[in-house]
Amino acid sequence: MAQLFTRDTQAIFWNNNTTAIQRMLDYDYTIKRDKPSVAAIVAPTSSGKFEKFFYGPDEIMVPTFKTTAEAKAAQPQADVLLNFASFRTAYDVTMEALEIGGFSTIMITAEGIPERLARKMNATARANGVVVIGPATVGGIAPGAFKIANVGGTITNIVNSKLHRAGSCGLVTRSGGLFNELSNIISINADGIAEGVAIGGDRFVGSVFIDNLLRMESNPQVKYMLLLGEVGGIEEYKVIDAIKEGKITKPVIAWCIGTIAKYYDSGVQFGHAGASANAERETAEAKNRAMSEAGIYVPESFNDLPNKIKEVYESLHLAPIQEPEMNVVPTVRRSKQFICTISDDRGDEATYAGFPISSVALPSTGKGIGDVISLLWFKKQYPKWATDFIETVLKTVADHGPAVSGAHNAKVTARAGKSVVESLVTGLLTIGPRFGGAIDGAAQYFKYADDNGLSPKEFLGYMKNEGIPIPGIGHRIKSLKNPDLRVKGLMEYAAEYFPSTPLLDYARTVEALTTSKKENLILNVDGTIGILMVDMWRALGYAEEEIDEFISSGTLNAFFIVGRSIGFIGHILDEKRLEMPMYRHPMDDILYDVQMAQEI
Amino acid sequence: MAQKAIREYDAKSILAKHWDKYFPRFTYAYETVLVKNGPELREAAIDHSWLSSKTLVAKPDMLFGKRGKNGLVLFKDKAPGDVTLVKAANWIDSKTKEKQEVHFSFEGDTPSGNPSVDYLTHFIVEPFAPHDQAEEYYISATCVGDDDVLYMSAEGGMEVEEGWDEKVVEVAFPITATEAEIEEKIKANIPADVAQKDKAAFAQFAIGFFKAYRELNFAYLEINPFVMQGRKIELLDMVAKLDDTAGFMMVEEWGNVEYPTAFGMEEKSPEVLAIEDADAKTGASLKLTLLKPDARIWTMVAGGGASVVYADTIADLAGIEDLANYGEYSGGPTTGETKFYAETILDLMTRKKDLQGRDKILIIGGAIANFTDVAATFTGIILAFEEYADKMKEIGMKIYVRRGGPNYEKGLRDIKAAADRLGLWIDVYGPETHVTDIVRMAVEA
Repeated sequence: MAQLFTRDTQAIFWNNNTTAIQRMLDYDYTIKRDKPSVAAIVAPTSSGKFEKFFYGPDEIMVPTFKTTAEAKAAQPQADVLLNFASFRTAYDVTMEALEIGGFSTIMITAEGIPERLARKMNATARANGVVVIGPATVGGIAPGAFKIANVGGTITNIVNSKLHRAGSCGLVTRSGGLFNELSNIISINADGIAEGVAIGGDRFVGSVFIDNLLRMESNPQVKYMLLLGEVGGIEEYKVIDAIKEGKITKPVIAWCIGTIAKYYDSGVQFGHAGASANAERETAEAKNRAMSEAGIYVPESFNDLPNKIKEVYESLHLAPIQEPEMNVVPTVRRSKQFICTISDDRGDEATYAGFPISSVALPSTGKGIGDVISLLWFKKQYPKWATDFIETVLKTVADHGPAVSGAHNAKVTARAGKSVVESLVTGLLTIGPRFGGAIDGAAQYFKYADDNGLSPKEFLGYMKNEGIPIPGIGHRIKSLKNPDLRVKGLMEYAAEYFPSTPLLDYARTVEALTTSKKENLILNVDGTIGILMVDMWRALGYAEEEIDEFISSGTLNAFFIVGRSIGFIGHILDEKRLEMPMYRHPMDDILYDVQMAQEI
Repeated sequence: MAQKAIREYDAKSILAKHWDKYFPRFTYAYETVLVKNGPELREAAIDHSWLSSKTLVAKPDMLFGKRGKNGLVLFKDKAPGDVTLVKAANWIDSKTKEKQEVHFSFEGDTPSGNPSVDYLTHFIVEPFAPHDQAEEYYISATCVGDDDVLYMSAEGGMEVEEGWDEKVVEVAFPITATEAEIEEKIKANIPADVAQKDKAAFAQFAIGFFKAYRELNFAYLEINPFVMQGRKIELLDMVAKLDDTAGFMMVEEWGNVEYPTAFGMEEKSPEVLAIEDADAKTGASLKLTLLKPDARIWTMVAGGGASVVYADTIADLAGIEDLANYGEYSGGPTTGETKFYAETILDLMTRKKDLQGRDKILIIGGAIANFTDVAATFTGIILAFEEYADKMKEIGMKIYVRRGGPNYEKGLRDIKAAADRLGLWIDVYGPETHVTDIVRMAVEA
């Protein structure tokens, strides 16, 4: 792998760190990436399904998941994990990601992960060929392609430091703050960086200087490299060895900070946890001297580093970099209060899920109300057998006479002189678990029984335990001998046009058992509709979880609401036409049993 | 720093607490007390009857070794093993009365270099354990490079230190080694000098020791020597460091362990302790070390790397004698946290005028921040200026500022305006100026 990241690299961001994610997306927009660099967010405690972010002036939704496994399954192409978990959980998050697999780079930001855990995590990643950046790091960047989280700071600084496009320096530091500083120095004194990594300040970090420099050696964009080391450790000597062995041939500029440490005994901790010299060899001065002797360009002091960079860069006589066009992130942006994913009225003609209204409304299109529902409710074009089924359902549930409670309420309200809409909602408000709710219930419980492989007997036992009569079973007067023709029609339609009807088939076995106990315990019209809706969605290729979600969000009820509104309005108009007076219930139809209230 | 030394007493207490898990085939009496003075030892004898019934060994427990060569191990009055409770308590009293000289390095038995001088404040007292030299062994473990290394020797005590290369077997284990691999490798590498009849027992002990080192998150663990008499083990001398970053997982396992300041090191000042306390309570980082509180140049630098670069540059350009402190704040501290940090430094800095009558120099430095809001942190510093402006003017102070990062323009503008309003001398620079160039300006001015 010559390059750590490309313009197609996408990451899963562990922890909903909205500021850092927004910075990544601002960067993506600035450099005109095709896809956002964050494909998913893992937010174990969040309840939503997505988080909104700005992408330039607009907003986009980045999906959120509760676990890394779910996020990776949904976004398998995202091969970078940005692990922003705390020092308490960062190890577990990394190990789980290594277990899941499919990640090429894992960046860990937490500082102070227990050393033993950090070592194990780093060793496991190395054995799996996964590059670890950190722990205790701000990350890294491939300018013009992909930027980790907060690296580079604000978008203004990024552009000032030429981090928006590839230059020719490969930069490796321990410190995150100085990484940013050096990017700036390199942009002033040379042409910017091609790739950069801050390896992290803890004693045990995953990829070390040599790992990154060897990769940069094989990256043709990198023409020379800059290493900023620190007092402590012997990692710089590995770089010296690689140069001596000819594994690194590109020019290297290097400086080790912490020359002050020689004045103090080990009691003073300068800088990072990893920065503590245990031997003369590990002092900044010894390392600077050794690197200089090995032919590395070492300045006189840190203050002199800019001149050394300029000198090396100019000696290479590189062609000037073409400055790419950039997008400019607007300074003032307002988050949208509402999101709409079904229709759009901004163009010439309003659309339903992308289709101009006229293209589905006019008779010549051959489309019906079932098509409109499939577009506006499900954002899909359902096949004709399904839209016909939907229409059949609507027609079937449109009315059931004046005596049912919803219609009765609508009629009473209309007779009180209220408007159509007031009377209609009175009727609609009656719809619920006891009136019209059997469609939802039947779908929910029969699907549960089928999903869990319950035999009809076990299902009956389960419902008895729950203390609920089986929704969708039973009719006042109809029975097997005297079938409900609406049910019969729906079943015949399904048998002819549905690719298959597994849930209905199951429900029929349940019906066989219930009717053996009592004649009228048949699958009624509500039950048949609910069950066939599930079969329809299954045949259309929806996942079981999606169907469960339709049921729990009340979609089935919605069919009843739309259909029955037609009947309610009929009853209301009937009352208006007949000019019926205010209704008062006859007193002799009420049992009065009122006791004197007792004092307590 | 992640690796912290603990007292011998705490190291023994941790092993004793988990003894049966790691050393089920051995016994350890765990007769040991930690006392600060003679009266405390007499008091301890009420709960620990062995202090009265057995003869004792007493020595300081203050993170330094070579106690024998320093003459600080009490094990005999007239003959080895005759130290009574009264004698031990009197000896401790005599050693705590005045400061003691302690040498950390020796050539043979002759001390080399200057001694550290300080009060002895902690002593560990245990029963005298008579044993043969042949029953003494050495064992230790630590991390070297990427591996854990176990060191074992059939000889303990001073012998091992003076014949390290010939007498010690080193066995390295990768972090991912399994228990089975570890057991096998240890069994195959028992020092040849261990008597044949004791080899199996030694291996058992070494396996338990190494497991304890790994699982209890020791960074360093040494017993020199331990005595093995059949099933009975004595831990005569122990040195241990813990990886304190594992503290959150080891609350139960470690119990109430403390991280003392080494003998001869200055006790931390209240200001440093206050910063440490604030650091422990925030997700950001606040660090302060006092180097030469009378010196002229003080730093208030953001970022772990940048703070080192400033210290390096001050040492290079002004000289080490001029640097008063080292420290850093980073990781996005709040305005309140920065105010507290700045007040602490300004308070220390304004206690005395410069001995040569020059203006003091305050370096408010930092690299280009990745995510720390510069204006927010500078607001904290400005609030501290307001508190200390009079004192700052009284001792004479020049302030040099250099910073970049989110919101830095506002931060620089605000701090300049505040200094001007308060009548403080200030120079302010942004990312166009090299990070450490303000040190050069300050020194050359």
